[in-house]
Parts: sequence; structure tokens; C-alpha cells
Amino acid sequence: MADAHTDIRPTRLRRAWNSDIAWSFRHTPVAMASTLVVVVLVLGAVLAPLIAPHDPFNPATLNLMNGFTPPGVANQFTGDFFVLGTDDQGRDVFSTILYGMRISLFVGFSAVLLAMVLGVTLGLLAGYAGGWTETIIMRIADVQLTFPAILVAMLIFGIAKGITPPEYRDQMAIWVLILAIGLSDWVQFARVVRGATLVEKNKEYVQAARLIGRTPFAIMLRHILPNVLNPVLVIATISLALAIIAEATLSFLGVGAPPTKPSLGTLIRIGQEFMFSGEWWILFFPAATLLALALSINLLGDWLRDALNPRLR
Amino acid sequence: MLAYIIRRVFQSLLVLLIVGLVAFSMFAFVGDPVDNMLGQERTQADIERLRQQLGLDRPFIVQYWRFLEQAAQGNFGLSYRQGRPVAEILMERLPATLELAFISGVLALFGGIALGIFTAIRRRGTAANMIMTLSLIGVSLPTFLIGILLIYVFSVELGWLPSFGRGEVTDLGGWTTGFLTASGLKALILPAITLGLYQMTLIMRLVRTEMLEVLRMDYIRFARARGIREKSVNFRHALKNTLVPVITITGLQLGSIIAFAIITETVFQWPGVGLLFINAVQFVDIPVMAAYLMMISVMFVGINLIVDMLYFAIDPRLRVDRTAGGH
Repeated sequence: MADAHTDIRPTRLRRAWNSDIAWSFRHTPVAMASTLVVVVLVLGAVLAPLIAPHDPFNPATLNLMNGFTPPGVANQFTGDFFVLGTDDQGRDVFSTILYGMRISLFVGFSAVLLAMVLGVTLGLLAGYAGGWTETIIMRIADVQLTFPAILVAMLIFGIAKGITPPEYRDQMAIWVLILAIGLSDWVQFARVVRGATLVEKNKEYVQAARLIGRTPFAIMLRHILPNVLNPVLVIATISLALAIIAEATLSFLGVGAPPTKPSLGTLIRIGQEFMFSGEWWILFFPAATLLALALSINLLGDWLRDALNPRLR
Repeated sequence: MLAYIIRRVFQSLLVLLIVGLVAFSMFAFVGDPVDNMLGQERTQADIERLRQQLGLDRPFIVQYWRFLEQAAQGNFGLSYRQGRPVAEILMERLPATLELAFISGVLALFGGIALGIFTAIRRRGTAANMIMTLSLIGVSLPTFLIGILLIYVFSVELGWLPSFGRGEVTDLGGWTTGFLTASGLKALILPAITLGLYQMTLIMRLVRTEMLEVLRMDYIRFARARGIREKSVNFRHALKNTLVPVITITGLQLGSIIAFAIITETVFQWPGVGLLFINAVQFVDIPVMAAYLMMISVMFVGINLIVDMLYFAIDPRLRVDRTAGGH
């Protein structure tokens, strides 16, 4: 995205644009705090194999005797110590959270990327081409908007599950999730980009580009796209929080990441079973992590929206 | 105006046709019914005969039309999992979901409007600020976590309210209700709060924004200048004009209440259509999924249509705008 800017604008402008954001960032404590939380969590997820004290998915290193160890207390049989305790199978909760976050973040980022590419492309097309293309694309968007995204995602998940053969279902679950959440979320991008394109396409610089004989494809990609990217960035950030929550919800409902490859939602689903018997930590820590992640990305998105364009409020 | 209504009805029918196409495609492309119905020892002739019996050899468009005909009569075939007619199962489960959605909707509407007015009038008060901050957290909290939190506090720790099921229900000739027994009412509390909370914060924030906007208007200032009592200004002059967008949004939210009931019903093991749907997704029970999709889209489209009509009925300015060509 930054490359598109450098292509058409002088560096002086870009520097000004950057410093504007930087100034706002330095003067918003909430933005700094939530960035810190996001960075720490993302780093933890990315570096999980290095940081995690245990490998929760290697059965050889698991000891059933370690099951239900409370957080911060040594196990009464083995004497092993776990920062956030263990679950019923003796898996270290801290490690499962790190690995679970990897899956949650991977699904979230990929789904938003899919939704963004799809939505921006269709939005540009609809706005620039107009006519029948626009009518068809926006009609589909309207129909899909009638239904809540989470319902659309569930349906896509169900259909995809029916199509894949049973022996591949666990393997494919992550990709199906990305597809389901991505396809359920493109409408937002398409609507905003179409609206912005309608405004931009009548401006002088686009007319000039048309006059010198640039192809419609080049005009859309090199001229209009860079100028409609600000709202796209804001929507992408807020969509990321929504996608992570959607993934957690689907996994919690048992129509998402399988227990063999648990995401934060799957961990919460597992932990819920032990809520009644008093092993609160199996549920609490994954839930708190999910909340911290979603809340700080949300706050970051709010700040970004105000900083990039006050009119969007 | 009549032309507008006709156009909207036509659009709604188009949406239903498209959704029907999606539902039918699920039948046509996910799994093979012939495979499901014939045992291991089948010949090519058996397969051909069954395909002919089921009408699967006809063109796609003919099959689609037959599907629509059957669907319009509420016939979606047998559930792959339970082997009973899907319509029967749905009807059995529907009262539970509708009762839950109704109570949550009422809670969200009245709670949201009351809190919205309060936070708008006492804009600078401590209590209002606290409510606004809480609502921000409420919006970021996923529905299923709210449910788990409520279960933890009120069922596990305090032991006041049940954590699952509908309690005792009374059968009123095909409609099972939980409204008439104490255990039924108690079982309703936690799921209703879980489902209604998100919508309530949404309505509250909307009412507050609208109210603040209206309170800045000239006619409010004029009403104050005329010496009309504050209460009368707030409720008779200001509130009336904030309600139009609130009704639209609330109407549209009704649809999402029914959809989000899927999550709440799973958390509380509430025996409604949402839980039925999620189980159908887990076990790839296509007829149930298709029937649920059709049922919920009829509801959504119907609600949207009614909200559009209401908008016309409530705000006369719209009618003038449309006929004059609008902005």
C-alpha cells in the first residue's frame, strides 16, 4: 500500500502525511497503549515455538499426571511448574494460548486480506465502470448485507464441510474458516470504495489520465486506488477485530478450528467444560487474551479513523 | 409512493428467489441423495430408476422450480440426521427462539431508549460517563463471552439461576411456552440478557447521538425560551423526533437478534432453531440448513419491508421528497 503512494506522490507529501499520523499517535495514550498490547500479543504468537515453555501438540512431552495443575503452583505429583496452569490433558495453558493466538491471528489476517482484495476490486469496478456491472455487484452486496456476516460465514462453513471428504475436514478447517469469514465481510470494503471511486472518477486528475490515453485498468489501479486507500485501511483494522471475534465465535460453536489445531475460540470452548468444576484458569486466560486482542485492535481502529479522516466519524 | 412500495416488494421477492437458489444448490451439489438412499448393493439400473423417481434427471431450472413450490408449502423433506420432516422439527423448536428473541428485543428497546435519554440529558454527569464507557466494552465483548461470564457469576458462583435449558414448559396446543412456570421464567433471564445486551448498547448509543443532535436544534431552544418545563421539552419535543431512526435500526436489529440467537442458544443449550441450525452445520444436515436459511430469510425480508413502510408512515417529509424527485 505504501508503494502505491511513493509511485504517484512526491516524497515531501508522503513525509508530511506520515508525520501527521505520527503526531496524532504521540498525543493519544490509548493508541500507544493498544499498539503495545497488539505488538506484544502478535510477537508472542509469531515467536510461539521459541517462547512457549512446552509444545502442547507433541503427545510425547505431555504427562497426564500434570493435568489440572493450578496456575503458579507446582504440581503435587510431578513437581512441574506452569505459569498459567494446565488443562485436563496436562497441556500448558500458556503455551496453548500462544499457539492458539497464531491460528486466530492467521485466520483473522488472511480473512481480512481476502475480504479487502475482493471488496476493493469489486468496489473499484462498480464505481468506475457503472452501468450493469455496478448494478449486479451492488445488488449482490445488498442481498448479502440483509444477513448478518456471522450467519453467512456459518453457512459457507457448513457447505464447504459438506463438499470436503471427511478425512480432510480437520486439515481444511482453517482454510474453510478463512474463506467463510473473508467472503462474509467483503461488502463493507466494496461499498466504501465504490462511493469514493464515484467521487474521484470525475476529478481533473482522472480526466487528465484518461486524456493522455491511459487504460481504464491503469487508471483504476494507479490513479484512483491510492486515493481511496485511507478509508480502506480503517475498515481493514476494524474488520480485523471483527474477524478475530468471528473466528473465535465459530470455533466456540464447534464449527471452526478443530481441537487438534485449537484457536483461542476452541480453547474457550474446551475451558467452558471445566468452569463448573472449579478449574477456572483453563477458561479464563484464553478468554482474557481474546478480549485484550479484540479490544486493543478495536481501539486502534477507532483512533486510526479519527486520525486519517475526521469526516468519517 | 405506490410505485416505491411495488418496487420494494419486487426486490424482496428477488432476494428470496436468490436465497432459494442458494438453498437449492446446497441440495443439488453437496452430497448425493441417491448415494444416501441406496445401500451398498446397488446397480446402475437402480440408480437410474431412483434418479427418475426423484426427478433428478430433469433440467436444473425445472428442479429449482419444484424446490420453490415445495418450499412455499413448507416441505423441505426429511432431516438426514433425525429422519423426521424438517418442517415438523422447525415448528417444534420455533417457540423457544421466538420467546427468547421477543424478551431480548423488548429489553434492548426499552433499556436502550431509557439509557440513551439519560446519557443525553445528563451528558456531563458521572453516571452517564460510566454508562458510556461500559457500553464501549460491551460492544467489544463477543456475545458468547458475555454468556459465559453471566453463567459464571449467576449460576456457578451465586447459584441463583439455571445455566442451561428452558426449565419447565407448558404445551399450549403446539406452542410450548416457558412464560407460565417459575422455572421457565428463571431460565429465560440469563439468555435474554446475553442476547439483548449488544442490541441495547447499540440502541442506547443511537438514541444518545440523535437526542444530542435534536437538543441543539432551534425549535428546542425556542421551546426553552418560551418557558416550557424542561421535562416537557425533553420528552414531548425532543424525544419524538429521535424515534424515527431508532425504529428503523431496531427493526433491522430484530433480524440480527434471531441470527445471534444461534450463539446464545448454544451457550445456554436453549432448545430453539438456532441450536438446531448449529447442530445441522456440525453434522452437515443439508435439509435442516436449507430450511433454516429459507425461514430466516423470509423473516429478514419481511422485517425489512415492514420497516421501510413504517418509515413512510412515520415521517411525512420522506413522501414529499420522493415524489418531488428527492435530493
